[in-house]
Amino acid sequence: MSTIAQKKGFGATLWDFLTTVDHKKIAILYLIAGGIFFLMGGLEAVFIRIQLAVPNNDFVSAGAFNEIITMHGTTMIFLAAMPLLFAFMNAVMPLQIGARDVAFPFLNSLGFWLFFFGGVFLNLSWFTGAPDAGWTSYASLSLHSKGHGIDFYVLGLQISGLGTLIGGINFLVTIINMRAPGMTYMRMPLFTWSTFVASAMILFAFPPLTVGLTLMMFDRLFGANFFDVTMGGNTVIWEHLFWIFGHPEVYILILPAFGIFSEIFSLFSRKRLFGYSSMVFATVLIGFLGFMVWAHHMFTTGLGPVANAIFAVATMAIGVPTGIKIFNWLFTMWGGSVKFTTPMYYAFGFIPSFVMGGVTGVMVATAAADYQYHDTYFVVAHFHYVIVGGVVLAILAATHLWWPKMFGTMLNETLGKITFWFFFIGFHLTFFIQHFLGLWGMPRRVFTFLPGQGFDAANMISSVGAAFMSIGVLVLLYNVIMTSVKNVKVGNDPWEDGRTLEWSIPSPPPFYNFKQLPLVRGLDAYWLEKMDGKKGMTPAEPLGDIHMPNSSFIPFMISLGLFIAAFGAMYHVDKVAWALPVMIFGLLVTFGSMFVRSVKDDHGFHIHKEELQEDKGAKA
Amino acid sequence: MKRLAKWRLISLFAILALILSGCGKPFVSALKPAGEVADMQYDLMKLSTFIMVGVILVVLLIFVIIFVRFRRKDDKIPKQVEGSHKLEIIWTTIPILLLLILAVPTVAATFKLADVKEMDKKDSKALVINVRSHLYWWDFEYPGQKIVTSQELVVPTDEKVYFNLKSMDVKHSFWIPAVGGKLDTNTDNINKFWLEFDDKRSNEAGNLFYGKCAELCGPSHALMDFKVKAMSRDKFDAWVSSMQDVKEPQKAQTDLAAQGQDIFNKSCIGCHAVTPANKMPETARLAPNLTNFGDRSRVAGILDHNKEELKNWIKNPETYKPGNQMTGKYQDLTDAQLDALAEYLMGLKVQE
Repeated sequence: MSTIAQKKGFGATLWDFLTTVDHKKIAILYLIAGGIFFLMGGLEAVFIRIQLAVPNNDFVSAGAFNEIITMHGTTMIFLAAMPLLFAFMNAVMPLQIGARDVAFPFLNSLGFWLFFFGGVFLNLSWFTGAPDAGWTSYASLSLHSKGHGIDFYVLGLQISGLGTLIGGINFLVTIINMRAPGMTYMRMPLFTWSTFVASAMILFAFPPLTVGLTLMMFDRLFGANFFDVTMGGNTVIWEHLFWIFGHPEVYILILPAFGIFSEIFSLFSRKRLFGYSSMVFATVLIGFLGFMVWAHHMFTTGLGPVANAIFAVATMAIGVPTGIKIFNWLFTMWGGSVKFTTPMYYAFGFIPSFVMGGVTGVMVATAAADYQYHDTYFVVAHFHYVIVGGVVLAILAATHLWWPKMFGTMLNETLGKITFWFFFIGFHLTFFIQHFLGLWGMPRRVFTFLPGQGFDAANMISSVGAAFMSIGVLVLLYNVIMTSVKNVKVGNDPWEDGRTLEWSIPSPPPFYNFKQLPLVRGLDAYWLEKMDGKKGMTPAEPLGDIHMPNSSFIPFMISLGLFIAAFGAMYHVDKVAWALPVMIFGLLVTFGSMFVRSVKDDHGFHIHKEELQEDKGAKA
Repeated sequence: MKRLAKWRLISLFAILALILSGCGKPFVSALKPAGEVADMQYDLMKLSTFIMVGVILVVLLIFVIIFVRFRRKDDKIPKQVEGSHKLEIIWTTIPILLLLILAVPTVAATFKLADVKEMDKKDSKALVINVRSHLYWWDFEYPGQKIVTSQELVVPTDEKVYFNLKSMDVKHSFWIPAVGGKLDTNTDNINKFWLEFDDKRSNEAGNLFYGKCAELCGPSHALMDFKVKAMSRDKFDAWVSSMQDVKEPQKAQTDLAAQGQDIFNKSCIGCHAVTPANKMPETARLAPNLTNFGDRSRVAGILDHNKEELKNWIKNPETYKPGNQMTGKYQDLTDAQLDALAEYLMGLKVQE
């Protein structure tokens, strides 16, 4: 296998991506799939805002609206935000720790294909009726929901969730085991730290979701009664299981976003991160506390004042480490030399937006007042401020920041700034007014509202904002296309102020990443070398053969098998003859593929020293 | 640069204008509290907003200074600062203090709002109402007064009213925004809380508060509004008496209404009661009680209360509330039949 670039035909490229176990290519797969789902979720959002622009609107029916809001939330969280963050964690984290790939490349691919097939399965529900019980799918309504919508939700998320869990475990082991010589934990970049903590959270948060989905699957498809009150079941237990997952989930989303902004503030201020140890501590504390607060989503469920009071105080506590981070970011810039590139625009927009979302978070944490806020547009405003103002701005920033590292080209700065302004203004226009709508008495998840209650003007303003955001996204798409077409290549450190290891290798890196693993002398390893006048990293080992993993089609097959089995499982409850055979066939494909993988020896291959000596950093 | 600063100023004014322009409508806004519970919640809102605006201002100040002072001017590498122990302590302890200031009243209010001891006391004079939520309507039983009504809750002002909340099908949530926060109606258990309706502010709000369902329950979740009539204790007692006086279905007053009553007795009465006595178990109450339908302010909770809209509703309920449980339960009626039925229903009153 030569390390020199080869011109590939379309078929060969497609096969390459279908079988790759290279973290960099898997990252691109996550970026594309996550990007497509983000566009779908965005379209769903636009439909919501068109329907709610005026009272008593009939743009979509009541039932269709409930499907749209459910799919909007589910798609954005599970199929857009998580995968896009996974894209960057995959692309960048191994480079930041000086590793050649993740610990389990085969599983990395499996994680992606499981997510992908789960997402496709869920979205196929549009043809026969999408889930309509909200992204939270509370038990009594879910059991009541006719058609197979909820089944698509349960099975699709189960498959996708498996992929996420595998990905999380992979990142944990990679960071624990594969750091380059000299890279102690306290010399890891903040993005790697946040990947680490988020992955640990995935490990503990996804099993409760798996349990909840399994119980729901048994109730809906196999005749169980876990959630049927008339048969001795309980609906509130679903809420607990869902939110024991759901609350950590949103911290899983925000921590990598925080990591991205730590990199950006530092890089573009030409200053090391202020209070590095406090930032690490705050990240870990947020990760831990994230598991202690789930019942703040259930303040109005009737758990009683003791539970409500405890969870209220625990929730407020999370504001402290988050505030620590905000101040440390500000003081990173203080005294620095700040360059306003597109990623820095996003970082700057993040500060006021996320702080606003965070303070409304403290407001909803005050349990007694939350009895007013809960299930109203106030909460919708809060979580969009933290998710869009935090996670989405981070993803857009990271897209610009690491585009050169992933693709070897640079996104256009002017177009990037235009996207920023349209998106940012639109975001505030849509969501700021929603705080008031909630307080004025408008519940959430309503397909329409009656006139004469004072909601009309605010809803119209909110809908106009959606148009602005759409324009921003379209400009970004144009930027991506133009950049790809022009194909102007850049060097290893195109932002010129790179501090961390990913900027020390070519853009994009050769498929083995580092010819020789680098020697890390401190925090911001590459920056240290640059300040000492060196051009690159000092190697930590002599030039030698590099052991690399083989590509494999098996992850695709394992995921495809589950996808097929899910259809069988779902239609089995309709008593059609083909359902059970299809389910068994699908499971056979999955377990058969796993068997082949287990039994067939695959020792990878070696890149020989001689090939590396000729290779001046060419791409695969 | 200048463009940026100007934009910030404009948006600041816009926000201010918005804040000043709207506290919402007094019959449905949590920002116009009309009772003790909403007052407590509004106070917490103000306290938390005050503290949080303080935090935002501090952050914004530092933010603006950075924006102005530290933009790149030359190629010099700035001093690399590891951190500041002192600052870390400051911005850890001050937020903790601020949260303590917020946490104490929060916990106190949480316990106060959960205090329903009065409901369990024997011989309590307190008014207790059993709320039962359905797809897509609300049932209100007054066990102490032995009457049942639906869709329009009638309550006395200036005293604590206690509620037993439960759902008869899927999870809903009982919310009267101007009077207090919500509490879910679960299928699993009974939830209890209390509300208080301030007399003066009820009058200012027109004595009719809007109630909302606040938990996604199906297609017509948005259309599950109910109303609350708040009146003085005397007037409330008079209403209760008038309801209790209806021992049998009221006789229709006109010929047309009598025809309507015939139609009603042949089919509608299978689900809809027109007497308020609560002899049926709650699981058997399948449809709104229509004893005082003529006195209500809405048809089906959402339509204007007139004969035309009533006929529209009965003719084709599915267009007005998709997924409602009345659709398909009776045969199509001719326009003449609808006219008679509507005449009868509009005449069902207990108050003059």
